[in-house]
Amino acid sequence: MQPTESKRAPLTFDSIESGAGLAAAMKKSRADIIAELSASRLRGRGGAGFPTGTKWNLAAAAHVREGQFKYVVCNADEGEPGTFKDRVLLLEHADLVLEGMTIASRAIGAKKGILYLRAEYAYLRPHLEEVLARRRATGRLGQGILRVTGFDFDVEIRMGAGAYVCGEETALIESLEGNRGEPRNRPPFPVDTGFLGQPTVVNNVETFAAVTAILARGAEWFRSMGTAASAGFKLFSVSGDCERPGVYEFPLGTTIAELLERVGGTGAKAVQVGGASGTCVPASQFDRRIAFEDLATGGAIIVFAPGRDMLHVARNFMEFFVHESCGQCTPCRAGNAKLLEGIGMLERGECSTAYLQELLALCETMQVASKCGLGQSSPNAFVSIVRHFPDEILGRTPTAAGGVR
Amino acid sequence: MNDGTRASDVTSRAPASQTVKPRAAVGDVSDMIGGQVTVRIDGKDVKVPIGTTILEAARRLGIRIPTLCHHPDLCVAGVCRICVVEIEGQRTLQAACAYPVAGSIKVRTHSRAVRRARRHVLDLMLSTHYGECYACLRNNNCELQSLAREHGVDSYRFGHVTASRFPKDESSYSVIRDMDKCILCRRCVRTCIDMQEVGALEAVGRSDRTRISTYLDKPLGGVVCINCGQCINRCPTGALHARDSSDEVWAAIDDPEKHVVIQTAPSPRASIGECFGCAPGTSMTGQMNTALRLAGFDRVFDTNFTADLTVLEEGTELLGRLHRALARSEPVALPQFTSCSPGWVKFLEHFHPEYIPHLSTAKSPQQMFGAVIKTYYARLHQIDPRNIVTVALMPCSAKKFECNRPEMAASGFKDVDYGLTTRELAQMIKEAGIHLPDMPRSDFDDPFGTATGSGVIFGTTGGVMEAALRTVIELACGVEVEQVFEHANIVPVRGFEGVRYMELPIPRVSREVPAMLRGVVPSFDFLEGVTLKVAVAHGTANARRVLEDIRAGGRFAQCHFIEFMGCPGGCIGGGGQPIPTSPEIRAARARAIYAEDAAAAVRKSHENPAVLKLYAEFLPDGPCGRRSHELLHTHYVARGKGIA
Repeated sequence: MQPTESKRAPLTFDSIESGAGLAAAMKKSRADIIAELSASRLRGRGGAGFPTGTKWNLAAAAHVREGQFKYVVCNADEGEPGTFKDRVLLLEHADLVLEGMTIASRAIGAKKGILYLRAEYAYLRPHLEEVLARRRATGRLGQGILRVTGFDFDVEIRMGAGAYVCGEETALIESLEGNRGEPRNRPPFPVDTGFLGQPTVVNNVETFAAVTAILARGAEWFRSMGTAASAGFKLFSVSGDCERPGVYEFPLGTTIAELLERVGGTGAKAVQVGGASGTCVPASQFDRRIAFEDLATGGAIIVFAPGRDMLHVARNFMEFFVHESCGQCTPCRAGNAKLLEGIGMLERGECSTAYLQELLALCETMQVASKCGLGQSSPNAFVSIVRHFPDEILGRTPTAAGGVR
Repeated sequence: MNDGTRASDVTSRAPASQTVKPRAAVGDVSDMIGGQVTVRIDGKDVKVPIGTTILEAARRLGIRIPTLCHHPDLCVAGVCRICVVEIEGQRTLQAACAYPVAGSIKVRTHSRAVRRARRHVLDLMLSTHYGECYACLRNNNCELQSLAREHGVDSYRFGHVTASRFPKDESSYSVIRDMDKCILCRRCVRTCIDMQEVGALEAVGRSDRTRISTYLDKPLGGVVCINCGQCINRCPTGALHARDSSDEVWAAIDDPEKHVVIQTAPSPRASIGECFGCAPGTSMTGQMNTALRLAGFDRVFDTNFTADLTVLEEGTELLGRLHRALARSEPVALPQFTSCSPGWVKFLEHFHPEYIPHLSTAKSPQQMFGAVIKTYYARLHQIDPRNIVTVALMPCSAKKFECNRPEMAASGFKDVDYGLTTRELAQMIKEAGIHLPDMPRSDFDDPFGTATGSGVIFGTTGGVMEAALRTVIELACGVEVEQVFEHANIVPVRGFEGVRYMELPIPRVSREVPAMLRGVVPSFDFLEGVTLKVAVAHGTANARRVLEDIRAGGRFAQCHFIEFMGCPGGCIGGGGQPIPTSPEIRAARARAIYAEDAAAAVRKSHENPAVLKLYAEFLPDGPCGRRSHELLHTHYVARGKGIA
């Protein structure tokens, strides 16, 4: 299937005027900024969906060591396979993102911001530096922002080096500190002990842009979109077997069927919601809603047409995780490799049903015992594909159970 | 770490995530009283301070949670996931070693999900752990093996590697790396980087290709490894072990031509019992002497003899430096650093070669003994030194490197032929069919006899300093040390504080200089009114703190003499000591050492009759004289951090 349209759909962000959000924030106390965010019920746009107001509240209340200060970090390490919506924001709405970071610094009392840009987006850096320079020149970054004495905040761009795991916020912080990109134990959380041990807010690119929009238009406006538990609109990166792949905006709570309708993918047999670490939804469940209470996602939607081999899809995702596990904790380091090995056995018809059951049990262990979100979610695709497409998987299993291994 | 082996949290290089710190509570605070919180574990309640880990809380209740990457000496990692537990209301399991309790939580330590996860973690580790238990030095003392047994592993559920994947790294005289057995718990990495601040080992690669490596995969013998062997002591499996010389030693014993002499360092006698099931701190001095003779050694000597000799040589060197500095205002490298710990010496050679002039030129007791045996002893007993094999029982892996240093052969023969660790000697004793604790006691052989209490305490941090001070106080001040310190116990330099500092005012000096020192100092007048400043540091992280302070012109720059030990706790925590180790185990070993000192008939090095006899008969120029410089002193190599 060839995409017939590559131009992106219009976004709400296109109509948000740069500067309005920060101006509104300056009229509010720090507590009121956070209260506005909490009232908007904004949840993290990176995929985990942690309430942004709560996160900022914790960071605002956290203590800093004498002579130290708090940090605001923008997670622009958009590495989830099938995700590319942050790229659009960084390219077209960098001001809204940086404005959101500035609002965050105001709210929690941070002095420094870091934008952690994925290595593959190095080409965006000159543009972003230009936007930063312009903001500094116009008094929207640097010393005494908007001529408010003591409101000092600047943003530095730091490049990732290509590791997927550095999108995990504590691994990102380790990377910023110059260490191997490996997730930390949590608790303590970054809002308490983050970059250089100081309280740090880490938010996704889209979250910061949404913050700017909320401050500009008000919590009520934002809350009027989406569902009760998943307020607002969300960007989606749509790819795969559909007529119009690209970046879209939908209110949260949209069903898969509605989404497929718009992107021209109605004949699909499955949709991967949430990228490689997400879950694979079969056609029979296309009435499910994309929202934190049902199918949570950072925005990656991959459409699979009926001709796709789902075991091959599973292999593709597992190969990715075997490459990208940081190698720190046992379940993820060795577990992903065992799952990929198992997929090979399934492909060759060498996997007994008993061993497949053992692998599924291993998936459950990985989901609960891995140290970070990578290992906790890497088995999702495999599990959902085995569950929803047993005919494609088990068809290759020898009928006589056991024996192979 | 609770024994002060880490200098300070502020300077620690451990990522913040690896430091569990008490935190302000969040959430439900109704159950919190005075920073305490009640945790329910397996239905039992325990009140603990906020920030206590679940693992610690469980231990207070006597509930065992298995661990693997956790070690009492190291910062938290939370990577093996064997210690996961279930917390009511949480979706995922949590690592008990890394989870600080901040509110009242309910924990289950062996629910179905927990048991299954632990078994899976073991199954996954075993799937990449290559090697057979019965062909492993750690058989019966392997944490992976014990856990597999504890968790009923009866098959390799996820397969098992059937061929070696990594060549053994046998490049080092001291530490052998067998990465086929590595389970990536990273204790060695945390030991090397965070505890010792050496940084020879680090994880490289990622995912299932992660492995522990050296800089650019260089052989361990060619990087900045200081051979301290602390990584060996903390490795849960057989992936790291010391280079074992016991085959060569047996061969020498079997050779009727060879006269095989063993010297035993002070600390192994306080620890070797652990290899035979005794509690840490069970002294085995007399039993070990008997066992060594039974095993076939021709003579059994006490390294403490040369510890006493070291005190005289190194103490005399210090007096000489002080005399030149204070009486003649010459530029002299002060403070003088001790040189008996070969791990510390190599650390300095690599990381701070500019301070080499501060190192005492005195050889370590091990090397002095080797030189004395192949010269004085050989002459006394009319044995061709060619046929003497000197073996040294040491608590140390770095001693194996030290005895192979090319400069350690002043007599024309290698001072010490083989170094054995406590573990290796215990193995030899077992191989000889001897159960050590059952042995009758016997003494060391003449002509070196039984040494002094000062020699014994070389085995623990602060011991060298205490021994030196006892002698310096008596010789230079002309007073009995008991008049200054009760029972001659110089308590300020004892203990496990990472760095210790002491000032000792010298109000009056002795009017008479002992004959053997007259070549070095004409009188002690220059010391009158001087306040002697000394310090003790153990573990190379602490040593680094002291060196940084000296560079910055801090109070340690004003010191006259500093004792450095490469290992935490000194030799009782050495890299050749029985495994496991912990602050409690090291403290027990130290107690045995001090008990032996307290019970010794002679407790001051300068009163050791055999040492005085050696000077009279063999080293007539006295300490630091021409002959002793030839045999008992050495020089060092500025290695730097450059790797070939």
